[in-house]
Amino acid sequence: MTPDLMKAGAQARVEHDRKLAASPVQSGGRETSYSRVHVPGALDVTHGAILYLDDITVSFDGFKALNALSLSISAGELRCIIGPNGAGKTTMMDVITGKTRPDLGKAFFGSTIDLLRMRENEIASIGIGRKFQKPTVFEQLSVFENLELALKADRGVRSSMFFRLNGEQLDRIGAMLTLIHLKDSAQRVAGLLSHGQKQWLEIGMLLMQDPKLLLLDEPVAGMTDEETERTAELFLSLEGNHSLVVVEHDMKFIGELTQNGKNGKKVTVLHEGSVLAEGLLSEVQANEKVVEVYLGR
Amino acid sequence: MSAVLPTSAPTPTVTSVPRVGLLSMKSWGAVALALLVVAVVVPVLNLAVPAGSAFHASDYAVQLVAKIMCYAICALAMDLIWGYTGILSLGHGVFFALGGYAMGMYLMRQIGSDGQYRMPMPDFMVFLNWKEFPWTWAVSDSFVAQMLLVVLVPGLLAFVFGYFAFRSRIKGVYFSIITQAMTYAAMLLFFRNETGFGGNNGFTDFKRILDVPIATPSMRMTLFVLTGCTLIGFFLLARWLVGSKFGRVLQAIRDAETRVMFTGYNPLHYKLAMWVISAVMCGIAGALYVPQVGIINPGEMSPAASIEIAIWAAVGGRGTLIGPIVGAFFVNGAKSWFTQAFPEFWLYFLGALFIAVTIFLPQGIIGLLKRKKESS
Repeated sequence: MTPDLMKAGAQARVEHDRKLAASPVQSGGRETSYSRVHVPGALDVTHGAILYLDDITVSFDGFKALNALSLSISAGELRCIIGPNGAGKTTMMDVITGKTRPDLGKAFFGSTIDLLRMRENEIASIGIGRKFQKPTVFEQLSVFENLELALKADRGVRSSMFFRLNGEQLDRIGAMLTLIHLKDSAQRVAGLLSHGQKQWLEIGMLLMQDPKLLLLDEPVAGMTDEETERTAELFLSLEGNHSLVVVEHDMKFIGELTQNGKNGKKVTVLHEGSVLAEGLLSEVQANEKVVEVYLGR
Repeated sequence: MSAVLPTSAPTPTVTSVPRVGLLSMKSWGAVALALLVVAVVVPVLNLAVPAGSAFHASDYAVQLVAKIMCYAICALAMDLIWGYTGILSLGHGVFFALGGYAMGMYLMRQIGSDGQYRMPMPDFMVFLNWKEFPWTWAVSDSFVAQMLLVVLVPGLLAFVFGYFAFRSRIKGVYFSIITQAMTYAAMLLFFRNETGFGGNNGFTDFKRILDVPIATPSMRMTLFVLTGCTLIGFFLLARWLVGSKFGRVLQAIRDAETRVMFTGYNPLHYKLAMWVISAVMCGIAGALYVPQVGIINPGEMSPAASIEIAIWAAVGGRGTLIGPIVGAFFVNGAKSWFTQAFPEFWLYFLGALFIAVTIFLPQGIIGLLKRKKESS
């Protein structure tokens, strides 16, 4: 290779780069990933999906709790998941949050973060919050302290030892107490709250972490009708900035969240560890297979 | 979220957060009083007041209280790990003994050639016909180095043991059982002459500390004051720890560990930190105990000795910090009185005490006092 050829080659490359920069490359209405910097550990939702499960299989002693489950949640979406008992709803949450390791399959948060390589606390730190089926709060601590622990801050041991709330954080906790209607109970021990209040406190703790994806396992169990309605309102107001996955048995609540299919929100039906149907609530309710296994006839 | 969480708008917020100081004014008074008693009153009553006087504090009483204060440090350490973190250790005796042994090695070297055999090496080594010190004794003639070992050896053992146990998520009764196994294994190891720590006789016959004779009244009083100040200092440290966010995370781990994990905390680091702090406290208690009691042997590592520490904490009241200190004084005070007055009934009394505490005082002595205060 002569110096002339090398020079010519270099010039051609520079020319090519200039052309590329001049003509914006488009793909599906978004910029392509060309020259997009990949930051390890940062959430990347440029491809639209915030959560991507592919072919997840979990078996317990031969029983397949999840059977090649594939599911994708878009950024900012509110998705309801229904299914009869034992359909694998909670196991799915366990897989996403790192509690259970699947035998097979892939689970990605955004398009770059592999959830199957992380521990529970790491998954929580990158922005996946989870509400348990049974409300789980720190019963011996006050409502205020519960929120303080959930507050987004350095999770290290040393910084916890020397942690002091600043004014802004205090305001955030105050605003959250108002939002979850526990302002008057701020100094009460969380163990003394009613079931519905504990649910709200747990939701408040999730929001204090400022997660990008919220997994809510039966969030309105044990709530009064009025509380349920308020919860639906709250979730709808979170949509857009947060992505939500709501697992619920209560069809009335699902109806409220999806406004009976009028707001275009999708419902996924799980059955025996895989997706049985997906679509608007009205479509799903009309689906023969769904009617057979879930709505019962 | 902006729709529901107005961050910029002036929101009415909680203005009065209960940010209490380390202690209330009243409790600070009590701490100051305790400090006055151990650092001034007892030394004066023991050293300055003549032996015949009614106000004289006898050497026996001083030594007993000093011993119990060492136990109280262990009970306090137990409360941090059991009462606040929910991890019942039945092996804290091993940390206490290791601290004691580290101190004992130094004291053995201080004997010099004044032992039974008039040789520069400790008697048990002469008896075993050893010509040189094992590697474990490499720094034993340096006070500073051995004091470092008092902290490092229990701390390191706790770190390694705790890391693997907590990483494997061993919890509850399983954890308690393996801590028992740990202290038992250590006891068997230390019983062996080959281990190089005096076998079943351990270390005794100490003569000097820092070249000062150990049996003099002033030295004994110095150790007493040091022990008292350490206990008070550790109490304040423990108060600070449990009152910080660190302490609240530990209590959260005790109540709902999975929630803590899903909130983004790594329980391993938190449990391990408290576990090591607790072990080091016990080690220091052991180091203070040995020169005052004058002996350390593998008996301190017996499973029963570790269980006793848990008992002091339970009798006094878990999760209160002051309770376990009270419990250590109550149980050991009763023990020393009973073993003198009715030696044959001590074990019956101890058994009855445990049954009574379990049935009537689930919150311990402090819980009883609190209930009395609330009802009146």
